[in-house]
Amino acid sequence: MMGFIWFWMVAVMIVGYVVLDGFDLGVGVLHLFLVRNETERRTTLASIGPVWDGNEVWLLAGGGTLYFAFPLLYASAFSGFYLPLMIVLWLLILRGISVELRNHVEVGVWRALLDGLFGLSSALLTIFFGAALANVLRGVPLQADGYFFLPLWTNWQPGTHPGILDWYTVIGGLVALVALTLHGALWLTIKTSGELEQRARRIVTPLWIALVTLTLVSLAATIVVRPASLINYFNFPATFIVPVGVVASLATLWLFNRKAQPVKAFLSSCLYLFFMLAGACWGLYPTLLPASTGTDRDITLSRAISGPHTLAVGLAWWGFGMVLAIGYVVFVYSKFRGKVDIHVGGH
Amino acid sequence: MTAELIHRLHFAFTITFHYLFPQLTMGLALLIVVLKSVALKTGSEQWDRSARFWGRIFAINFVFGVVTGIPMEFEFGTNWARFSRLSGGVIGQPLAMEGVFSFFLESAFLGLFLYGEKRISKLMHWFSAVMVFVGSWISGFFIIVTDAWMQHPVAYDRLPNGQFEVLSFWQLLMNPWGLLQYAHNMTGAVVTGSFVMAATGAFYLLEGRIENYGRIFLKVGVIAGLVSSILIIFPTGDLHGKYVARNQPAAIAAMEGLFHSEAGAGLVLMGQPNEETGQIDNPIVVNDMLSFLIYGTTKAEVKGLDQIPHDQWPTALPLLYYAYHIMAGLGTWFALLMIVSALLLWRKRLYSARWVLWALLLSFPLPYIANTAGWMTAELGRQPWLIYGLMRTSEGYSNTVSASNGLFTLLGFMGLYLLLGILFTVLIYREISNGPEAIAADSVHVD
Repeated sequence: MMGFIWFWMVAVMIVGYVVLDGFDLGVGVLHLFLVRNETERRTTLASIGPVWDGNEVWLLAGGGTLYFAFPLLYASAFSGFYLPLMIVLWLLILRGISVELRNHVEVGVWRALLDGLFGLSSALLTIFFGAALANVLRGVPLQADGYFFLPLWTNWQPGTHPGILDWYTVIGGLVALVALTLHGALWLTIKTSGELEQRARRIVTPLWIALVTLTLVSLAATIVVRPASLINYFNFPATFIVPVGVVASLATLWLFNRKAQPVKAFLSSCLYLFFMLAGACWGLYPTLLPASTGTDRDITLSRAISGPHTLAVGLAWWGFGMVLAIGYVVFVYSKFRGKVDIHVGGH
Repeated sequence: MTAELIHRLHFAFTITFHYLFPQLTMGLALLIVVLKSVALKTGSEQWDRSARFWGRIFAINFVFGVVTGIPMEFEFGTNWARFSRLSGGVIGQPLAMEGVFSFFLESAFLGLFLYGEKRISKLMHWFSAVMVFVGSWISGFFIIVTDAWMQHPVAYDRLPNGQFEVLSFWQLLMNPWGLLQYAHNMTGAVVTGSFVMAATGAFYLLEGRIENYGRIFLKVGVIAGLVSSILIIFPTGDLHGKYVARNQPAAIAAMEGLFHSEAGAGLVLMGQPNEETGQIDNPIVVNDMLSFLIYGTTKAEVKGLDQIPHDQWPTALPLLYYAYHIMAGLGTWFALLMIVSALLLWRKRLYSARWVLWALLLSFPLPYIANTAGWMTAELGRQPWLIYGLMRTSEGYSNTVSASNGLFTLLGFMGLYLLLGILFTVLIYREISNGPEAIAADSVHVD
C-alpha cells in the first residue's frame, strides 16, 4: 500500500515537472526561429523569466522524493545512466546561465551566443528527457546486485545489451522534443500578443501533425519493444481511458487552438502530457525499472521501497510541503498572469 | 588513479565550487533585508537604490548557485550509489525537504523581488526580500542536517538488508551536531557577505567616486562584519570545536596536529605535521592552550593520534591540519580587522583611513578561503568514514562507474566551471564598476 502511494506521489511530481518546466523548455526551443527582433525576443523570454527556475524545482523535489522513497532505484538508475545524466547536468547549467545572463550583457555577439546556447540546450534537454523515459520503458541490463552501466550507444537496437540511444529511445526523444515545443508554442499564444502571438498560433498546426504521428509511432513501438506494458491495461480494461485521454486531449488541443482559445488549448496540452506519462507509469507498475536481462532482475516497487519508518516520516511532511509548494506556484503565476508587457516591470 | 579517489575528487571539486556562491547568497540576503528595512523606515531613495544594486549582484550570484547546486543532488546517485542505496531513506529526506520547503519559497519570492517592484507595494517588496532571506537560510539548514547526519548519525535504525531508516523526524532535524554546525556555518556566510559589501564600499571611497554609496556599504559591511567575525569564533566556533573534540577525537587530534596524548596539551599555531616522525616540524606552540580550549582547564588530557588505531586516522592528515589552521588563522584576522574598522567607524574616521580601506578591499577573497577551509576541515575530519563510525568512504562510491568515466566527467566539470568562473567575475566586476547610480530609479530589476 505504501509502495502504491509513493509510486504515484513521485509520478505526480514528475508530471508536475514535465508540465511546468516543459513549456519553458519549449519556449527555449522555439525562440530561436519564432522571433524576429530584440523586442519580441525579450517578450518571449520575459514570459518564462519569473517562473522557469521555480519550474525546475519540481525536478529537484521529485528527485529528492525518489531518493528517499526508493533508494535502490535512485542508486541503480543514477549510476547506471551516469553519462547521459552528467550531460543533462551540463545542459541544465548552460541553459540556466544563458537565459538569466543574456540581459546582463549588452554586446550583440554575446547575446546571440547566449540565445543560441539557450535554444540548443533546451532542445537537447527535451530529447534527453524523452530518451530517458524510453530507456526506463525499454529496460536496462540489470545485474544480479541491482546495478548496471549503460554506454551511450551500442548497435542502436533495443536488445539485451542496449545503449542509452537506440531507435526506440530516439523516438522517445523526438516525441518529447515535439510535444514540449508545442507546449511552449501554446504558452506563447497565452502570454504574447500581436504578430508574435499569430506566429506562435500558426506553428502549432505543423507541430500538432508531427506530434500525432510520433505519438502513434511511439505507442506502437512501445508495444513492440515491451509487450508486457499492456498487461495492466488488459487486467483492468477501464484503464484504457488513459490512451483515450491521449487522443481526446490531442483533439481538443487542435480545436481550441483553431478557435483561438489559448488557455484551453494549453490545458489540453497539459492533459496530453499527463496522460502520456500516466500511461507509461501504468504500463510499468509495479515495476520501476525493468531488466533486459530477465524479469527476475527487475527493480520492483516492493524491492526498492524504503522501510516503514522512513516512509511514515516522509508522509508526515510531504503532504504539508506539497500544499505549500502548490500555494507558491499559484501565487507566482497569478502575480505574473496575463500578457507580457516588457515596459511594465517585465523582464 | 583509483575510482574511489576520482569519485571523491568529483564531489569535492563540484561542491567546493558550488559553495562559493551560496555563502554570498545567504550572507547578502540578510544584508539586503537590512538595506530594505532602513529604506522602508526612512523612505531614503539611496538605501532603496543600494538594495537594488545588491539585488542585482545577488541575482547573478544566485543563478550561479542554482546551476552549480543541481549537480550536487544528482551526484549522490551517480557517484555514490552504494552510499545512496543504504542511506537514501535518511539522506534523501532533508534533500527533498530542501526542494519542497526552501526552493519553491525562494524562487517564488526572488521572482517577485527582482521583477515585481512596480507591481507590488513597498511593504510587500520588503516582505519578498525577507522571504528570500528565510528561504535561503532554510535551504542551508537542510544541507547542514544532511551533512550532520553523516558526521554524527542520530535517530536511525538498520533494516535486515543493511539500509538505514529514519526513526524520528525531529531528532533528525535537531541533531545537536547540526545545530552547532548550522550556527557556525551561517555566521560564516554573513562574514563573506559583510566583507564583500565592505570591500565594495572601500573600493568606491578609495576611488573617490559615488562616495555616498561607499559610506552606506562600509557602514553596513563593517557593523555586520564585526558581529559575525566575533560570533564565528565565540560562541559558534568554540562550541562546535568542543563538540567535535568529544565526538570525533581522531579529527580533532589531526586538526591540531596532536600526535601524542598529553595532559596540558599545547596549541600549535604554526608548523608542519610530519606523519613519519609523529611530530610537528618548526612548531610555534602556546603551552597548555589546547587543553584549556577544549576542557576549560589547562591540566586536562587531550587524546592524541597515538591512542587511535591507524586505520581510523583521517586519510588526508596534513591537508586537514592545514585547512583547519588556515580557517582559524583567517578567522583571527577577520576579528582584528573588523574591530579596528568598527572603532574607526565609531570615531567617524573610517571613511578617510586609507590604509584600513585598503585592508578591507584586499581582504574580500579571504572569507571565501576561510569558508572553504572550514568545510574541508569538517569533511576531511570525517574520513575515513562516509557515515561516521558506520560506513567507510571506500564502501560508498559507485563501483559500476569506472575511474575513466569519472575522470571524463570531472574534466568536463572543470572546463565548464572555469568558464563559469570567468563569466561570473566579468559580470560582477561590471556591476561594481557601473555602481548603483547606473540603475535608473524606475528600472527595478535584472535587465
